[in-house]
Amino acid sequence: MSEEKFTDINGKPISLECRFHSSFCREFVVSAPKVSFRTVMTCTCAVWLSAYAVFFITKNTAVLSSAIVTTLVGMMVHIHLIKIDHERLLIVGSLGVQLSSCFASGRERTTFIEMSSIKDIVINEAIHMQRVIYYLCILLKEPSDPDEVSGVIPLFQSSKPRLNCLIKIYRSCQEILEQS
Amino acid sequence: MVLKIFFPQCCNMADSGLLVGRWVPGFDSVVVLAVVHYPFIPGQVKKYLSEMQRECQVDLSVLGSWSIPKDGQEGMDSFLNDLSTIFPQGHWLQLSREVGKRGFVCQVIHRGSVQLEGEEEKEGGDDEKDKVIFVHYNQRKVMLSHLHPAHGQEPGEEGVSELCLVFQTVAQCQPLFFLDKYDDGPIKLTHWQSEGREASILVELVKQASVPVCMVLTWLLSLWNQLMSTRVPNMWPLHFLSSKLSTCVQMSYRTEHLQTISSLKRAQQHGHFMRKANIFVSFLVDIALGLLLISWLYRENRVGRLANTLVPVADVSVCRPPSDTLNKHVAKELQELLEWLMGAPAGLKMNRALDQVLGRFFLYHIHLWISYIHLMSPFIEMILWYVGLSACLGLTFALSVVSDIIALLTFHIYCFYVYGARIYCLKIYGLSSLWRLFRGKKWNVLRQRVDSCSYDLDQLFIGTLLFTILLFLLPTTALYYLVFTLLRLGVVLVQGLIHLTVDFINSFPLFAMGLRVFQSYRLAEGVKFKVLCEEPGMSLHLMMEINPLKSSTVVQLYRTPTYSCYPKDSWWALCKKLFVGELIYPWRHKGFKED
Repeated sequence: MSEEKFTDINGKPISLECRFHSSFCREFVVSAPKVSFRTVMTCTCAVWLSAYAVFFITKNTAVLSSAIVTTLVGMMVHIHLIKIDHERLLIVGSLGVQLSSCFASGRERTTFIEMSSIKDIVINEAIHMQRVIYYLCILLKEPSDPDEVSGVIPLFQSSKPRLNCLIKIYRSCQEILEQS
Repeated sequence: MVLKIFFPQCCNMADSGLLVGRWVPGFDSVVVLAVVHYPFIPGQVKKYLSEMQRECQVDLSVLGSWSIPKDGQEGMDSFLNDLSTIFPQGHWLQLSREVGKRGFVCQVIHRGSVQLEGEEEKEGGDDEKDKVIFVHYNQRKVMLSHLHPAHGQEPGEEGVSELCLVFQTVAQCQPLFFLDKYDDGPIKLTHWQSEGREASILVELVKQASVPVCMVLTWLLSLWNQLMSTRVPNMWPLHFLSSKLSTCVQMSYRTEHLQTISSLKRAQQHGHFMRKANIFVSFLVDIALGLLLISWLYRENRVGRLANTLVPVADVSVCRPPSDTLNKHVAKELQELLEWLMGAPAGLKMNRALDQVLGRFFLYHIHLWISYIHLMSPFIEMILWYVGLSACLGLTFALSVVSDIIALLTFHIYCFYVYGARIYCLKIYGLSSLWRLFRGKKWNVLRQRVDSCSYDLDQLFIGTLLFTILLFLLPTTALYYLVFTLLRLGVVLVQGLIHLTVDFINSFPLFAMGLRVFQSYRLAEGVKFKVLCEEPGMSLHLMMEINPLKSSTVVQLYRTPTYSCYPKDSWWALCKKLFVGELIYPWRHKGFKED
């Protein structure tokens, strides 16, 4: 188990934790920074001050209650549906690969891909606007047609680590894929 | 290669015995289904296994031995190991567990097919603890669950995934789980049902009752079908009417549903079972909502009040406030609208003569309509009362009847729209043709294009005269056309909304959504693995849980196909048609979808 600090493609700090459960089972957890207190306070104050200003002009109390409801609902939607806390990759040799994204409210969204559908795990480059990004992805194949790539699943899409972090994960995964 | 052992959670603390299960073909894995306990006679075990193999159509075999050493059973280990000679096969698993520890120890003994001089040849007694993965699964949930293949994948013979095979194995071996610990047989098993078989009195009663009910339903439906296929309903006017009225369409649709439910054959496939269950549940909910509507409608004489609003009760000569009678209100509004059009609507100056002609023509129609309603007024309440009873067949019927009543009551708006559209359409065609004449061109029907043509002087003269007349009469006709088209579109919109609601009630898979909410493991999209905390030196233990299907996928997969009405034309085509004056029928009914 080792935890290291890296940065993502936008410069924000992320951390990578590698757990070796056995010689053919490894788990990688990439954690994004938590929601910062300052952002929450700024947003809430902005919304409530503007609501108070509107109330001052129109003298309608519904504006204030609707501002409170909006803030609460917005926060709940953000932590339940938008903010991803950490992303996990569990690779078990000859069984498959499991990807899961865990949201800030504790909800988890998991996908499991069997080893027979995985052709390879590679690092791809993409050109986005003015920069070149590297991302790790899984190449899928149909069991009936092992030479054709039938799909690409990109990994760590919300944490977006940089190349140094990706290389570490790539090397570990390749060791396991070679065994099976 | 890494060996994967799918071990049921219920057997974690079972007493020592033999493991029974299946080697998954094509993959390096084995599914353990049950543990047979001591005392047993190997011959009887073999007989029982071959019986089960015939019933389940799964190649079951004895996989190996399972031992939890307890006091007084020290000799058990060596006894169980000696059994490997009695059950001959390729590999023999020796699983053991100590009571204090959480991990299992597994020893895989590979046996070659060659045996030297009667002595057992143990080739390569692999003792590699880290080459075995234990995957723990909940046997009951895996047995009941249905794994949905990923989109686009057909469950064909090649390319069946390992997990599919595991799920299928457990699901097909249901007869294996019928023996519980209260049975006095020679074999004692441990599996998820060994504490006692699960059963429900209600389910058994319903199963017994369903057979005669289905037979009665099938007989009634065959009578109804015979009635419908006689000559009388198929004669032209009735046939045409019944295809236009949405109530008759809904009725034919429901009879098809009932035929699906009441078929005597048990549903073999998961898809058929879900379809039947969805239809049954939505039928029940429909009828329940319909009965609720009836109980609300027939209280406090609401039917009477409804009839009063639809019909002018008192004499026309008595001045009544417009809020009273809906239909008279509608007719009166139309009259006022026409009088407004005959004046100077929105400040536009109309052609007086044409205006008066068209206005009087439409006013006469409204007069006829009002007289017709007067004739019908004594009977309206009775008709409404009996028609309201049809809601006991379901809320969808009530909504279809409402839609048909709206269509009948606004029939005059439909007629006006057709008149206005036809006049406008003729005018536009005339104008375009005379415009070509104005420029010296002609439409060549043979070549389907515009050609130049030399006209005589008198042709040109009359043509230009007619063109001018039509052009100056255009605003009046266009205005009438616009007004009636808007009214017609409003009615069409309301009818469309009602049809969408009926369609929603018909096609929404309530049973599947209920399963997804209350027993989410039954509809599985995939599986999730969790690493159980390991002890050093022990093999890897994973916990396999079922990943339920997303709700949106459930609705998409299990929607009952319906005669959904959807817009026939795109927005652009619709606008073009409106501009030219073609009659529009914006909703198209799809025919019955075949699977």
